[in-house]
Amino acid sequence: MNLAGRIFGSSIGRKVIMAITGVILTGFVIGHLVGNLQIFAEPDHINGYGAFLHQLGPLLWVARIVLIASAVLHIWAATVLTMENHAARDVKYGVKHTLRATLSSRLMRVSGVVVLAFLIYHLAHFTLGFTQAATFKESLPLYTLGTDFKVAGFITVRAGTPTFDVYNMVVLGFQKPVVSLFYIIAVGLLSLHLLHGADSMFQTMGWRSEKWAGGLRKIVVLFCLVYFVGNLAIPGAVLLGKLQPHEPARAAATR
Amino acid sequence: MVAENSTQPISVTLRVWRQAGPAAPGKFVDYPATNVSPHMSFLELLDVVNDGLTLKGEEPIAFAHDCREGICGTCSCTINGKPHGPGHGVATCQIYMRAFSDGDVIIVEPFRARAFPLVKDLVVDRSAFDQIIQAGGFISVRTGAAPDANSIPVPKGDADLAMDAAACIGCGACVAACKNASAMLFVAAKVSQLGLLPQGQPERDSRVLAMVGTMDALGFGNCTNQYECSAACPKAISHDFIARMNRDYLKASVRASFKPAASSATGGA
Amino acid sequence: MAQLDSRIPAGPLAEKWRRHKTEIKLVNPANKRKYEIIVVGAGLAGASAAATLAELGYKVKSFVFHDSPRRAHSIAAQGGINAAKNYQNDGDSVHRLFYDTLKGGDYRSREANVHRLAEVSVNIIDQCVAQGVPFAREYGGLLANRSFGGAQVSRTFYARGQTGQQLLLGAYSALSRMIGAGGVEMHTNSEMLDLVVIDGHAKGIVVRNLLTGAIETYAADAVILATGGYGNVFNLSTYARGSNVTASWRAYKRGACFANPCYTQIHPTCIPVSGDYQSKLTLMSESLRNDGRIWAPKKKEDAKKDPNSIPEADRDYYLERMYPSFGNLAPRDIASRAAKRVCDEGRGVGETGLGVYLDFADAIKRLGEAGVRERYGNLFDIYHEITAESAYQVPMRIFPAVHYTMGGLWVDYNLMSNVPGLFVLGEANFSDHGANRLGASALMQGLADGYFVIPYTIGDYLAGQKPGSRPSVDAPEFKAAAENIRGMTERFLQIKGKEPVSHYHKRLGKILWEHCGMARTRATLTEALKLIPALREEFWANVKVPGSADTLNQSLEQAGRVADFLELGELLCLDALTREESCGGHFREEYQYPDGECKRDDVNFAHVAAWEFQGAGKAPLRNIEPLNYEFTKMSVRNYK
Ligand SMILES: Cc1cc2nc3c(=O)[nH]c(=O)nc-3n(C[C@H](O)[C@H](O)[C@H](O)COP(=O)(O)OP(=O)(O)OC[C@H]3O[C@@H](n4cnc5c(N)ncnc54)[C@H](O)[C@@H]3O)c2cc1C
Ligand code: HEM
Ligand code: FES
Repeated sequence: MNLAGRIFGSSIGRKVIMAITGVILTGFVIGHLVGNLQIFAEPDHINGYGAFLHQLGPLLWVARIVLIASAVLHIWAATVLTMENHAARDVKYGVKHTLRATLSSRLMRVSGVVVLAFLIYHLAHFTLGFTQAATFKESLPLYTLGTDFKVAGFITVRAGTPTFDVYNMVVLGFQKPVVSLFYIIAVGLLSLHLLHGADSMFQTMGWRSEKWAGGLRKIVVLFCLVYFVGNLAIPGAVLLGKLQPHEPARAAATR
Repeated sequence: MVAENSTQPISVTLRVWRQAGPAAPGKFVDYPATNVSPHMSFLELLDVVNDGLTLKGEEPIAFAHDCREGICGTCSCTINGKPHGPGHGVATCQIYMRAFSDGDVIIVEPFRARAFPLVKDLVVDRSAFDQIIQAGGFISVRTGAAPDANSIPVPKGDADLAMDAAACIGCGACVAACKNASAMLFVAAKVSQLGLLPQGQPERDSRVLAMVGTMDALGFGNCTNQYECSAACPKAISHDFIARMNRDYLKASVRASFKPAASSATGGA
Repeated sequence: MAQLDSRIPAGPLAEKWRRHKTEIKLVNPANKRKYEIIVVGAGLAGASAAATLAELGYKVKSFVFHDSPRRAHSIAAQGGINAAKNYQNDGDSVHRLFYDTLKGGDYRSREANVHRLAEVSVNIIDQCVAQGVPFAREYGGLLANRSFGGAQVSRTFYARGQTGQQLLLGAYSALSRMIGAGGVEMHTNSEMLDLVVIDGHAKGIVVRNLLTGAIETYAADAVILATGGYGNVFNLSTYARGSNVTASWRAYKRGACFANPCYTQIHPTCIPVSGDYQSKLTLMSESLRNDGRIWAPKKKEDAKKDPNSIPEADRDYYLERMYPSFGNLAPRDIASRAAKRVCDEGRGVGETGLGVYLDFADAIKRLGEAGVRERYGNLFDIYHEITAESAYQVPMRIFPAVHYTMGGLWVDYNLMSNVPGLFVLGEANFSDHGANRLGASALMQGLADGYFVIPYTIGDYLAGQKPGSRPSVDAPEFKAAAENIRGMTERFLQIKGKEPVSHYHKRLGKILWEHCGMARTRATLTEALKLIPALREEFWANVKVPGSADTLNQSLEQAGRVADFLELGELLCLDALTREESCGGHFREEYQYPDGECKRDDVNFAHVAAWEFQGAGKAPLRNIEPLNYEFTKMSVRNYK
């Protein structure tokens, strides 16, 4: 059997697929959050960031393909492993207690599926504009960048460039409490998913040991907490009225 | 739980899974037991109940047991939802009635896993474990061919860690406790024991690949890193060994795919 | 009358085995695969034999009543295994191990066998380390040793408190390798119920498949029994519940001689009995005597007091007092009898008055609690689980319990019984421990037999058997034996009496413990010889075996085993009555020195008593194999 066979065909191999794709997805959601947090600065930031990403062209597609492939593989492995796991206990116990499995670990499938559902909604919402079409970035007036958008000191998008108004799209979207609530539940479950997942990944890759498992656990908990609060902040701030749409006049003017 | 050294007898009800054979239907049946000494072991209570059943003309409860001191790995019930019952780091045969209170209903079930088909009542067939060992859980050493025992020093830390792993009694509680009925802890313990010792190096890669392959083929579930196995293990074997095996498996997979193999020239006359 | 030729090779003691190996017949490699060998039992002796014989190329069939070969009773051995490695540089040597073992056995074993055992002991450790047995090591990475009873050197190798487990798992892995390679055909859940003898040679067995109830027959060119000891004849013992004498006993009834059944070992350090429901006694490893001090109150009145409240001056460290040079490490038989004497004097402790203290207070002072925990933590845990007492705070209570049987099927130097083709290894044979076994030497013997003796000696027999001459299982002898077993099974189920099997096992055990236990007299033995046949008769009239023959039926299994114990028990007492001397584990009160030590009678009893079955209801025949000591002087054992 070759390497691919061993990885795709064995229990441990598939777990490794889960872990590696999980890391990629985690990396993405971290990056995504950091990008999104720019919403707390001038609209120039997040809108410039959006324009920067679009400007990447083929590179953006590479990233998207990697992410989609990761998601597909992650879900594929999760499904196959779960089905095998169900089959492995064909007759259930009359009474069975959990000895130490954490809540997050027991909710992996639920949290995963909800995250998936959210992901689809999220893409439909902010990437494709299938829902809330009225406030989708393509329906909103374009925005003119007030300042240069820099990445690592290099100017990537010049001031004066017209961009989509991501800022307003997000703020207007989140002003609907249902949308915010779904978002909050989803990132909550995603954080819960990562609460087990980030820890679990170290075990799957063989890097975890009791010697530092306590420390690892603390880091993971802290990470998930920060991640959750970070994500909560955006719809939270919108709902609390801390984030308002910038006056559309300026944007409209540039149209 | 009764006070540690109380000698007050207690009364309990055993709710036991009865199933005449692999294909027969099974059900829970209640057996009251009165005047039970707290110093009695749980299996001794089963003995007493069985003698009572025999006298009444009923079939006694079939249950697996042998050494009754927690080392042979034969005993195997799930008691009140936990493989090997209450207590940490002990097997069913090391459970004493002082762990229960007067009036308790004690639910007794077989270990449940597709890879451990039921034989009768509380007895299951764990020969899948033997098959995993047969696939590679050994160091190939022909009798009489070994060098002097002290010719290869083994760092004490490695030897002790290997012993931690080697303490496995092959009872199957890890499988029974895992919500996926995974055998990872059992396999990892053997892979780690041999992988930690210098003597185990020559076959290290082939061993882990063969044992994991066999484990998968036998219908055990997959690990979801919840560590129920090590919590139920009567020898408290650490799930660290699972991480170690994962690493070994990965490395071995890579090496097996890329390391050049010698051409299989045979010897001369 | 059986021909008992011990076939001890000629020549100087240290040369015998080497010379024998070069002189006995061999089977050539191409022919080996034409021979089939049945190995019953996969404890240390059976698993090591099956694996090694398969490596050599023989076709091996292995049978165990357990659900896996890894569960044999050998797994329970705690303390360690002896070997004359002299890694400690403390003056050990093959000769010293030989001498200690011979002396420990109270000069009732064969010199040549014991010497061979000491010689191969060193190879065993090499073999096990190469297999990955994680023996305890020192910081430098070399092997560690501890001391055991009856020796003044540290030659015991150990793996925490689980030496037997680790050695068995080593042998099991070797066996598994050969099963995987197709060299061994493994039959688990298969209980041997009869030996098939054709033209005077052992050529097969009858087994019951314990899961389906099927009675099956298997033919072979030779049959090896490695089925362990018969200590469960006493019901309560440190043995696993399933250990039994059935395989040996059925072979005995087919003509194999049973040697020295009265040599039974009572281990001094076990957890005392707590109630009549008790099914098993738990050993506290002898290694505890390295650091624990055994004592009893000097005054009877103190026996029920809190031990920690008894002042030093009122404690009797009786082993240290009576045996100053060996102290707490006196051999087992001696330490056990001393405990019995103390309890007989009314100084026994605990609820039943049947116990003495094993105290670690001094060790804790010297090593600290952590130090003691590191050495014996798991044993202290076991003690706590069973008694709910912490031995770190109060001394352990211990009492002797049946632990090992030195007697067993008679074998010659090649480990072949008087039935040609039937070999017996491990605890099931009688060969190496005389009247008392020293600690850490049963594991040594089991592995010596399996790894290093039988692979050579079986060739000597097989070379005389034409390849392919093995009978078929269609031979009338197989059919008759299987029919007989079916009939016996039916008979158990038909009795439909009033008592469960366990009832008779308990009563038999009690009779033996009281009449033929640590101390025996003509009167008690004569009495037992009346009680046992009566009990046996009652059993056959009144036992109740529920269920059917064609499924897993544990009561039926137990019935067969207890039926055999009820016969063996009688032979054991008869042997004890006939041996009018005290030696090792066999202590006849009539024969003792004023200080209570064993008084041997080397003039009349320096021999092996090998009992030969003469038919049901007939008195067995007592054959004798004289013990000719060529190199050692039989002397009075002295551990003072
Ligand atoms: C608690 C305890 C601790 C001990 N500690 C030590 C120690 O520290 N050092 C030491 O040297 N010795 C020790 N001993 C003694 C030693 O463990 C045994 O003497 C030795 O292991 C016996 O090995 P064996 O291979 O002869 O038999 P066993 O290990 O008893 O194996 C018997 C085998 O035969 C099979 N069998 C039996 N009857 C049948 C049948 N009818 N049909 C099919 N299969 C059958 C069984 O399935 C099993 O596989 C200890 C013993 C006990 C009880
Ligand atoms: C899309 C739907 C998803 C499903 C159905 C899903 C399901 C699962 C499941 C079943 C596991 C295995 C848990 C275990 O073995 O203990 C897992 C692990 C993991 N998931 Fe997801 N997940 C999803 C999305 C995500 C996303 C979006 C991320 C990242 C942001 C992610 C990150 C992880 C990580 C890091 C692991 C740990 C891998 C390991 O156990 O080694 N998952 N997921
Ligand atoms: S009966 Fe041996 S471990 Fe429980």
